[in-house]
Amino acid sequence: MFKLLKGLQSVKELSKLIIAHKMGITGIVLFAIFGVIAIFAPYLRTVDPMRGGLPVNILQPPSSQFWLGTDNLARDVWSQIVYSTRISLTIGFVAAFVTVSIGTLLGLMAGYFRGKIEEVIMRIVEYFMMLPFLPLMLVSAAVLGQSIWNVVILIGILAWTGTARIIRSQVLSLRERAFVEASRSVGAGDRLLIFGEILPNVVPLIFAQGIVLCTWAIYAEATLAFLGLGDPAVMSWGKMLNLAYSSGYLTRAPWWVIPPIACIVLLILAFTFLGTAVSDIMKPGYREARGL
Amino acid sequence: MTLKGYGGFVVRKITASLIIIFTMISTTFVLFRMMPGDPVKLMFNDPRLGKQDIELMYERFGLNGSLWEQFVAYIRQLLLHGDLGMSFVQLRPVMDVLASRIPQTLLLMLVAIILALLLGIWLGTMAGWRTGSKFDGAVITGALTTYAIPSFCMGIILLLVFAVYLRIFPVGGYSTPVSGLTGFAYFIDVARHLVLPSLSVALWYIGAYVLITRNSIIDVLDQDYITLARAKGLKESVVIRKHGLRNALLPVTTATGMYLAYALGGAVQAEVVFAWPGLGLLLYEAILSRDYPVLQGAFLVMAIVIIGANLVVDLVYGLLDPRIKVGGG
Repeated sequence: MFKLLKGLQSVKELSKLIIAHKMGITGIVLFAIFGVIAIFAPYLRTVDPMRGGLPVNILQPPSSQFWLGTDNLARDVWSQIVYSTRISLTIGFVAAFVTVSIGTLLGLMAGYFRGKIEEVIMRIVEYFMMLPFLPLMLVSAAVLGQSIWNVVILIGILAWTGTARIIRSQVLSLRERAFVEASRSVGAGDRLLIFGEILPNVVPLIFAQGIVLCTWAIYAEATLAFLGLGDPAVMSWGKMLNLAYSSGYLTRAPWWVIPPIACIVLLILAFTFLGTAVSDIMKPGYREARGL
Repeated sequence: MTLKGYGGFVVRKITASLIIIFTMISTTFVLFRMMPGDPVKLMFNDPRLGKQDIELMYERFGLNGSLWEQFVAYIRQLLLHGDLGMSFVQLRPVMDVLASRIPQTLLLMLVAIILALLLGIWLGTMAGWRTGSKFDGAVITGALTTYAIPSFCMGIILLLVFAVYLRIFPVGGYSTPVSGLTGFAYFIDVARHLVLPSLSVALWYIGAYVLITRNSIIDVLDQDYITLARAKGLKESVVIRKHGLRNALLPVTTATGMYLAYALGGAVQAEVVFAWPGLGLLLYEAILSRDYPVLQGAFLVMAIVIIGANLVVDLVYGLLDPRIKVGGG
C-alpha cells in the first residue's frame, strides 16, 4: 500500500511538470472550463434538454431568451450543450477507467507470468488489432443495442489492447530488476510482487494511458452518437449533430450545429494537449534539460 | 513436422492468417444472427404471401435450417462461389453490392492519402529541421488540432464554409444527378464532388504525417552523416533532401502501408456527411436498415484486406531481416 502511494506521489510530481508545460496548462484550463460546466449544469440557466417547446419557438436563432437558439422541436440548444458536457465527460472517464483497468490487469499478467498466459493474451491483442476499428465499433453497437452503458462496454472491450501491450513491455523489463529480485528472494508471493513492487512503478504509465483513452472514448462516443448509434434517451454533442443531420437542418441552422462541433473539438483538444505534455515530460532527459 | 528456413516461416504466417480469417468469419456470422428481429418477417410482412413463399424466402436468404446448417452453407457458398449471400434490402448478391461501392472509397482514400503524404512530409520536415522555432510551434499545434478533430466534425465545418456559404463546391454526392455530362466535363464534375470529402479525410492524415515526419527528422538530425554533410559545405536544402529526408522516410513508409490497409474502412464519417457512395456509407446504410448480409460482407472485405496487408508486411520483413528467418515467427 505504501509503495502504491509512492507511485501516486510520482503522479503528483508529474502534474507539477504538466502545469509548467505550455500545452499542458492549456489542456488543463480547457478541461477545467468543461468540468465546471458539467458540475454546475442545473444552475447555468438551463431547462430539460429533451423536452420540446412551443411551436412558435421552433428553429429560433440565438436571442436573450434562447442563448444559442432552438432546434426543430423548439428545444433550447444552450441547455443541450450544457447537459451534453456531463455525458461526454462521464462516458470519457468511465470508459477510460474500464479500459485502462482491463488493459493494465492483462498487461501485468502477460508481462509477469509469461508462458501460456502471455501467449494467449498477446494473441487476442493481435487479433483485435487486425480488425477495422470504426466499422467493428459500429457493427457491435448495432448488435448490442443502444444505451450509454453499451457504449462504455464497447469502448472497454475494443480499446484495451494498446494499454495491455504498453504495460506488458514495461513489466517485462521491471520483473528482471534488482528490487523485484530482492523481494522475491525474501519470499514475496506473486500477488505481492505484482501489486506491491511492479504496479507502483507503472502508475505514471497508467496515468498517461488514461489520458489517451479519455480522448479516445470521447471521440468514440461522439462518432457513435453522430452516426445514430448512441443512447436515444440521452442528449450528447454527437447526437445533436445527428439530429440536425437526419432532420435536414445541418446546413440551415448554424446555431444548432456549430456549438456541438466546437465543444467536441475543444474537449478532444484539451485531452490531446494534455497527453502531448505528458508524453513530452516522460521522455528521458526532460527534467534535466530544464534543470528540474 | 517442423519446416525450416523461409519456407517454413511463410507457411506458418499464411496458416496463422487463415486461422484469423476463419475465426473472424465465424464470429461475425454468430454476431449477426444475434441481431434483434427476424429479417424475413420484417421485410415481407404481407398477408398475401403464402406459407410456401415465405419458406422460399428463408431458403433464398440462407436462413432455413439450424444455425449450424446455415453456417456450413454460408462457408461452402463463400469458398466455392465467392458468394456472400443476398442483400435483404437491395435484393441482389452482396458481392455485387460491395463491388459497386469499393471503387468510390478507394478513389476518395487514395486522393486523401496522397494529398496528406505530400503536404504532411513537407510541413513535418520543415518543422523538424527548425525545432523550437515559431514555425515549428505553429505546425505542431496545427497538426495536433487537425489530428484531434473527428472527421465528421471536420466534414461538417468544410461543408458549411465551402458548400453552403461560399458555394464553391457541391454539398454532397458523387456527381451531379441527371446532368448528362460526359467525358472531360463529367471528370471535372466528379472531381469537384471529391474535393470536400477527401479534404476532410486528408486533414487528419496530414496531422498524422506531420507528427511522424517531424519526429523522425529530429532523430536523423543527431546522426553523424548529417554533421558530415554540413561539414562538407553542402547547401542546407541539399542536406535536407539528400541526407535528411531520405533517411527519415522509413517510418512514413510504414505508416502509409498501414493507412492503405485500413483505407476501405477509413472513410465512414466523411462518406456519411457528404453522401459519398462508398463502402463506408454502405456500411452505415446497412446498419440503419439491418441489412446484415451486406454488413457482414462489408466488414469481411475490410478485415481481409487488413489481414492480407499485414501478411505481406510480415513476409517482406522476414525476407529482409535474417533474424526472423532463423528464429521463426
